[in-house]
Amino acid sequence: MYAQLVKAEGMKSPEEMTPEERAFQERIDRGEKIEPKEWMPEGYRKTLIRQIGQHAHSEVVGQLPEGNWITRAPTLERKAILLAKVQDEAGHGLYLYSAAETLGVSRDELIELLHAGKMKYSSIFNYPTLNWADIGAVGWLVDGAAIMNQVQLQKTSYGPYSRAMIRICKEESFHQRQGYDILMKMCLQGTQAQKDMAQDALNRFWYPALMMFGPSDKDSIHSAQSMAWKIKINTNDELRQKFVDQTVPQAEYLGLKVPDENLKWNEEKGGYDFSEPDWSEFFEVIAGNGPCNTERLEARVNAWEDGAWFRDGLMAHAKKQDARRAAARLAAE
Amino acid sequence: MSSEWPLWEIFIRGQHGLNHRHVGSLHAPDADMAIRNARDVYTRRNEGVSIWVVKSNDITASAPSEKGPLFEPSNSKVYRHPTFFDIPAEVGHM
Amino acid sequence: MATAVPAVDPAAYFEWLQRVGDNALILGHRVSEWCGHSPVLEEDIALANTALDLIGQCQLWLGLAGEVEGKGRNADALAYLRDAAQFRNVLLVERPNGDFGNTLMRQFLFDAWHHALLGALKSSSDPRVAEIAAKADKEVAYHLERSADLVIALGDGTEESHARMQKALNGLWAYTGELFLGDAVDEAIAQAAIAPLPQTLHAAWEATVTSVLTEATLTIPGKVWQHGVSGAGGGKRGVHSEHLGYILAEMQFLQRAYPGGTW
Repeated sequence: MYAQLVKAEGMKSPEEMTPEERAFQERIDRGEKIEPKEWMPEGYRKTLIRQIGQHAHSEVVGQLPEGNWITRAPTLERKAILLAKVQDEAGHGLYLYSAAETLGVSRDELIELLHAGKMKYSSIFNYPTLNWADIGAVGWLVDGAAIMNQVQLQKTSYGPYSRAMIRICKEESFHQRQGYDILMKMCLQGTQAQKDMAQDALNRFWYPALMMFGPSDKDSIHSAQSMAWKIKINTNDELRQKFVDQTVPQAEYLGLKVPDENLKWNEEKGGYDFSEPDWSEFFEVIAGNGPCNTERLEARVNAWEDGAWFRDGLMAHAKKQDARRAAARLAAE
Repeated sequence: MSSEWPLWEIFIRGQHGLNHRHVGSLHAPDADMAIRNARDVYTRRNEGVSIWVVKSNDITASAPSEKGPLFEPSNSKVYRHPTFFDIPAEVGHM
Repeated sequence: MATAVPAVDPAAYFEWLQRVGDNALILGHRVSEWCGHSPVLEEDIALANTALDLIGQCQLWLGLAGEVEGKGRNADALAYLRDAAQFRNVLLVERPNGDFGNTLMRQFLFDAWHHALLGALKSSSDPRVAEIAAKADKEVAYHLERSADLVIALGDGTEESHARMQKALNGLWAYTGELFLGDAVDEAIAQAAIAPLPQTLHAAWEATVTSVLTEATLTIPGKVWQHGVSGAGGGKRGVHSEHLGYILAEMQFLQRAYPGGTW
């Protein structure tokens, strides 16, 4: 997902817990929200910073592959919709950084960690957007997968994270639709060349989208701890299955073929059987070897470094203004 | 050395005359910019008619450890709620 | 509802509407290039709002232009299927973004003019123009407030931000004269009371610009050579810089490469 492979601190059995830890776990089990400044285990705080930070980074880096087509959008309306959509991603990054900041880390610190390669963002954004249908596919598949996860996270135990997710989900409901709408136009009313473009986009984005949920975590101790803390609600496999079940009929409606020979409805489980993505590719992308890792990080670092004078300039002006106001007050006394 | 823009808490009053409500936070160099940024960040979907901004550092919050003494005593004052009183149906709406 | 359309040469009217619409289109496009690359998230979001406003305005102006032309072209046809020589935006809006300061300075110089223009257009003799102007003016009043304050803050800020803003101003000043250049088209439009003559906006623009730049402690370049004013050149008349060709190559790529597609 937008937060993949987040390492949680080791899980403790109730007997190993301190009384404070036990009381904390009981609050979570009762469905209470944990709020900033309340006591929390250090592991909970650290895991959340990693997860929310990674989620925020993903939103911001996620602006890039779609932003890539803003200047090439085929109509004025599409240009406006895409721009508004990518702008939302910046907003979502902002909300999430704010949530992380309530845990005692600053946004600038998180950004520096991302730029130093010490924090990650979702693997999906290291894939290129090569044609306009990719913009449709990103909205449909990538936002579709993200929403599936985020809807669950509205119930997460940490108050500020939960509230950010509620706001994000409310705004994001148009994102997936605009992507699917792009593909409906191309597939149902477009030329053969446009349909080919759409199929090409699905071929390239299908497996990377499945990877977004992360490798199977049914045996992962990190996941077990995160789920006990309710900062993760479903397993990766559950969400992936749900995503495939939801997406296959949507592909059929468009007249597109999901690039998986093993895709088959399984009556017994009431869901599709499907092929696993190539997990070795996933780990390479996470390790920095995806098609666009270098460009994505470079774009973010450049934006940050080239903008330093701007941020400093405005801060200097604000300080001067404060000093001027103080001097004026003094003079008036 | 760059210094980070301070964090501001944003409160917005919506269309329907309700109180200003906390909607989130953002960074800005000063109060004026915080208001503008709030307009651009938090009212993109026609959410507001008035914005308040407060530096996060200037907010004094009740301590979580005080939760018990602060809030639990009101639990037992059930007579403050209208449902405490039984009014016969024949009296009509009250 | 039949609106009272002023008596004016349709060719001149079409020409004038393209000028207003193309300014919004090209500047909106330029500003949108920043999306995902701004110095700070809050600015990224704010700038996208400006770009969205401008794209929305260009849809209205070019839509009306197509209507006045009467050949069945809509805003998209005008935006995506004209070549550079048919574009009528001023050279200022096609200047490359440069650093963030250059982008803000370009925005401010344009906003100050745009605000003056839209204010006047609100009482246009063509109600369709007045209506678009009334909507756009609210948006642009905010653009101006924002860009003016940023110019002031950065001029006053650090030595570096001051130097960058002065450099931006020096580079862009030579493209401001074209905003006030009037020709036969403008005469015809002014005659029909659709819009004021461009020259008449200069005083208001100058007052805004002088006050803001002074507060920003920046030095106004004064009289310098102005591009697109003398001779037959200038974006308003369809003679552009090399930059516009690249903007259009990018913007129009899909429509050109896949004619007849549905998007």
